[in-house]
Amino acid sequence: MTAPLLVFGWGNPSRGDDALGPLFVERLRAALPPTGGVDYLDDYQLQVEHALDLIGRQRVLFVDASLNGSAPFEVTPLRPVQDASFSTHAMSPQALLQVYCDLQGDEPPPCTLLAIRGERFELGEALSPSGQVHLAAALAWAPTWLGPAATLSLDLC
Amino acid sequence: MSPSLETAAHPQGLRRVAIDPVSRVEGHGKVTILLDAANRVQQVRLHIVEFRGFEKFIEGRPYWEVPVMVQRLCGICPVSHHLAASKALDRVVGASPVTPSADKIRRLMHYGQVMQSHALHFFHLSSPDLMFGFDSEVNRRNIVGVALAHPDIARKGVLLRKFGQEVIRATAGKRVHGTGSVPGGVNKHVSADDRALLQRDVAQMTAWARDAIGIAKQLHAANPALYDNFGRFRSNMLSLVRADGALDLYDGVLRARDAGGKILFDGASDQGYLDLIEEEVKPWTYMKFPFLKSLGREQGWYRVGPLARLQNCDFIPSPLAEAQRQEFIDWGKGEPIHAPLAYHWARMIEVLHCVEVIEELLADPDILAGELMAEGSRRRSGVGVIEAPRGTLIHHYEVGDDDLVTMCNLIVSTTHNNQAMNEAVRSVAREYLDGHELTEGLLNHIEVAIRAYDPCLSCATHALGQMPLDVALVGPDGELIDRVVKSAQGGFRHEGGSPTGLPA
Repeated sequence: MTAPLLVFGWGNPSRGDDALGPLFVERLRAALPPTGGVDYLDDYQLQVEHALDLIGRQRVLFVDASLNGSAPFEVTPLRPVQDASFSTHAMSPQALLQVYCDLQGDEPPPCTLLAIRGERFELGEALSPSGQVHLAAALAWAPTWLGPAATLSLDLC
Repeated sequence: MSPSLETAAHPQGLRRVAIDPVSRVEGHGKVTILLDAANRVQQVRLHIVEFRGFEKFIEGRPYWEVPVMVQRLCGICPVSHHLAASKALDRVVGASPVTPSADKIRRLMHYGQVMQSHALHFFHLSSPDLMFGFDSEVNRRNIVGVALAHPDIARKGVLLRKFGQEVIRATAGKRVHGTGSVPGGVNKHVSADDRALLQRDVAQMTAWARDAIGIAKQLHAANPALYDNFGRFRSNMLSLVRADGALDLYDGVLRARDAGGKILFDGASDQGYLDLIEEEVKPWTYMKFPFLKSLGREQGWYRVGPLARLQNCDFIPSPLAEAQRQEFIDWGKGEPIHAPLAYHWARMIEVLHCVEVIEELLADPDILAGELMAEGSRRRSGVGVIEAPRGTLIHHYEVGDDDLVTMCNLIVSTTHNNQAMNEAVRSVAREYLDGHELTEGLLNHIEVAIRAYDPCLSCATHALGQMPLDVALVGPDGELIDRVVKSAQGGFRHEGGSPTGLPA
């Protein structure tokens, strides 16, 4: 059964603040009672087949670490954009929405990007102190996006 | 022009530029091009920062954690690292060979991985260039343009990849972060339900794989001058082959051929890779340069991956793919094919082979039942070699009596191809760099050359804001003539100022 909302975070858990996306998903899932209204997904990075995970959704929240966005986080609506990457090893959420359009012949569901500012991305590093602060702030914002689906009585931080 | 272009003949007249990663995060390519007073290319270097520090990250961990942890090396082909580590640690726990069920379930997982990785590469990344040409307008050189001209291709690509992902889920336990393979075997069978689900779609995948080969062949036939010559250089080739010379992506012996196709060595045990391969360190890049010891540093470099594999083996042990391989070999008219763009054609033949192998393994009762684990006498070290989507992947571990990893050595396919990618970029610079302005067209030609190899750009880190390609042009007096940076979204901007960091 496809839930109307999808929260999708990506990044490498072993590279410091690159873990911000998956950690956001993990902590939100733990804090939110399982109502069936929200699906959660995490991965190392975006891939074309993730376009299939958008089918049937009412709204989607993409969550990633950001190298140069504003702290603690930025929230922006996403629109499909043609990809121009030269590597299979990088794909933008905008490009993923374009893949959805190509596959479905239709506009994707409303998608929002939550870009949490990170500072340290070295292999084997833990989340940085500022990354922890930014993650907490992002989780505190989460009910704003979730709306009625969020009955967050637990401590998200 | 310097013949090799790796190092200028008279570097004292040329400035050494320093290129700084756009961010501290690894994961993008950097190209530096040095010109002389007549604006002739004197030096071209491709810098790829990759896997720095991963061996140290693994050392000190319990060996049984390693097959799971190494998946964090690469978000595109985590299964290859998962299985290469498992194979190496099979040796440590004395489980060599593993049981027939474990071997077949791992093979199923691996061929699913290679298939889905290749599908992503061809359909999503490379086909736009290949179909419309490198000089097509940017807004057509993208997947949308492909979809318009070939309305089904994007969908086929995504669904082929999705099928491969489902094979991985059925064998590894999960779509990502799989735990199916462990030192000594695997921890679960394939369920009858999953098998039925996959068998339902195999025929469709076979048809689509054949279609993809058809597209690749059409492209070569339509413009042989381009496809046979773009970025071309001659090199040795290395891969695993089965003991009887067949293509085998999961296990086998090491074989190398020279640029003319003559076998340099064959039947070499993967456990003895250090007797065959040595890695050279160069001061201008973090990534090492492997070479065949028997030929030495200058002559011993080689390439790996689909182009090498299809020409290194004697045959493909599945009928549809072997027929396609014969046609591919015939294209070379008796000579090995060295054109980088032929990687794409070879890659699609491997997709067809993978689907054939998957179909055969799905029909094998050993994936549903049978012993999963083997055991034997404990050993101190083990080597696991596998043919990952981009080429030969080597994992080597030593484990102490306390079960902790004391030594880890990884040689990934991008490292094997380091010299080859540099040669491809130099070939492009010779051919297409005209004057001293870095144009979007030149940048795209460089990208096309690199893209044929699809290097692993320390790939499991991709924070937003990262810039994947950075090209600098430096004049004879050391001045930074031009520098362009391209974003993942296609943004192309010229930047001034002298960067700092690695020497050129």
